Amino acid sequence: MSIIVDKLNYIYSPGTAYQKHALKDINLEITEGEFIGLIGHTGSGKSTFIQHLNGLIRGTSGSIYFNGQNIYDAGYNMKGLRSKVGLVFQYPEHQLFETNVFKDVCFGPSNQGLEALQVELRAYEALKMVGIDNSLLDASPFELSGGQKRRVAIAGVLAMKPEVLILDEPTAGLDPKGRDEILEQIAKLHKENKLTIILVSHSMEDVAKYVDRLIVMNRGEVAFNDTPRKVFAHYKELEKIGLAAPQVTYVMNELRMHGLPVSIEATTIEEAKEEILRVMKH
Amino acid sequence: MGIIKAKNLLFEYIRRDEDGNVESINRAIDDVTLDVKKGDFVAVLGHNGSGKSTLAKHINALLVPTEGTLWFKDMNTTEEDNLWLIRQSAGMVFQNPDNQIVASVVEEDVAFGPENLGVPTKDIWTRVEESLNAVGMMEYRGHSPNKLSGGQKQRIAIAGIMAMKPECIVLDEPTAMLDPNGRKEVIRTVKELNKNEKVTVILITHYMEEVIYADKVYVMDDGKVVMEGSPREIFSNVEELKKYRLDVPQVTELAYELKKSGLAIPDGILTTHEFVDAIQKLRQQSW
Repeated sequence: MSIIVDKLNYIYSPGTAYQKHALKDINLEITEGEFIGLIGHTGSGKSTFIQHLNGLIRGTSGSIYFNGQNIYDAGYNMKGLRSKVGLVFQYPEHQLFETNVFKDVCFGPSNQGLEALQVELRAYEALKMVGIDNSLLDASPFELSGGQKRRVAIAGVLAMKPEVLILDEPTAGLDPKGRDEILEQIAKLHKENKLTIILVSHSMEDVAKYVDRLIVMNRGEVAFNDTPRKVFAHYKELEKIGLAAPQVTYVMNELRMHGLPVSIEATTIEEAKEEILRVMKH
Repeated sequence: MGIIKAKNLLFEYIRRDEDGNVESINRAIDDVTLDVKKGDFVAVLGHNGSGKSTLAKHINALLVPTEGTLWFKDMNTTEEDNLWLIRQSAGMVFQNPDNQIVASVVEEDVAFGPENLGVPTKDIWTRVEESLNAVGMMEYRGHSPNKLSGGQKQRIAIAGIMAMKPECIVLDEPTAMLDPNGRKEVIRTVKELNKNEKVTVILITHYMEEVIYADKVYVMDDGKVVMEGSPREIFSNVEELKKYRLDVPQVTELAYELKKSGLAIPDGILTTHEFVDAIQKLRQQSW
């Protein structure tokens, strides 16, 4: 699996008073098995961008290659692409609609034209992958807690067996524990099921903890594209575009300014702790 | 007596079948007693489903207790004659900015509240200007709200309430849908209103960093108030908070982890500044 985005542009409502250049010359490469974080302030183009990756929005110009094939080629199998690139929208639980949890998860794969038995097997598997207990299969989705609902919604996408899973702010509105649980589950999908993950997030702390690579968008352009450590070193530039670094990055910078010889690269609590202990024990 | 006072408050969501028989009872608030001082900045923490929002809706009588009593400014919320006065003086801001905008121009949106209170037109405009200034959105008065960012929309929602000249604002996860800048904008605005306009603030949130400036923090679990105290007192109990599915600010957790590893750092560090101070003191001692 690989995705190559080549000079992608998208213009909303071209030729009208509302014309807006939402994506400008995006060039990116995403390889199999990566865990990518996508950040940017509201309106920076993140959501518009991810909807290009499974063909929900068609670029105004440029190309997207999925496994080497341009998805804008005539006759390209878009339906096939959509089952390989699974997209979990914001507040996905608003899209639950069936009478019970199991049926809801079956909806996706049954639309892929699979046989009933296959559909059910996949639904079981997907619910297991997100940690939903069998005792909940007959429950109405609306009786579940916020975190459970969201996991059922993610299972609905996983049941289509995507190779890439894109999640748009999957932890918005959840309490801290619920947030950790969802993120741990996603990390597990990445590790055990070898899924390529693209995580859109407003939490710098979360992306610092989980992702391998961070893509930062600003005004429809890619502003940074590097490891979290390298990106967060530019915290002053990030602030200018409405973002920030994790709190520990600020702590390390302050310590350094006050003469403590710590490396300022730490972006997680664990890294900061090790670094401070190293320096303090000297 | 404080501006908000609850005594043995209890609230049950009762579900009935088609014939009106009780199917299930869910006790969302279970024996809550509290007293909020006028002018305080109070934060309420608790996991999803712990009863925070249900409690918030009692303050301006959107819900009334199943048992026990809640008084807002000495007015019992169960007495219907008080409703009008209570809702004039206790405003609410909700999570989703898009659900709270009613007009197509910012200043008209802000004017909606006072207009409904029957305030004379001339005074409405004074109030709209004062409120927009208070939330720093004056330059957007003629704009269309749907072109604003999430944080700006929430500030407009807050201005709409300020225009009713409330004594208390209840904010139920006002920053949950915002990006980091939007979150900062909203919290800064709320803090300023509390300080400059002396408005009592009740802030419900899942972001621990937003709580550190509060005068008082209540932690809810299973419908009960399980912890109450200053932010420093609350965040000194890292393990207990985690038991309630909550968290502490990153810097607090870092200090706590270092303490566990043997550094003599005090409990309840809340800010980067305090943390750096504590580390510097340690270094001076070891020299």
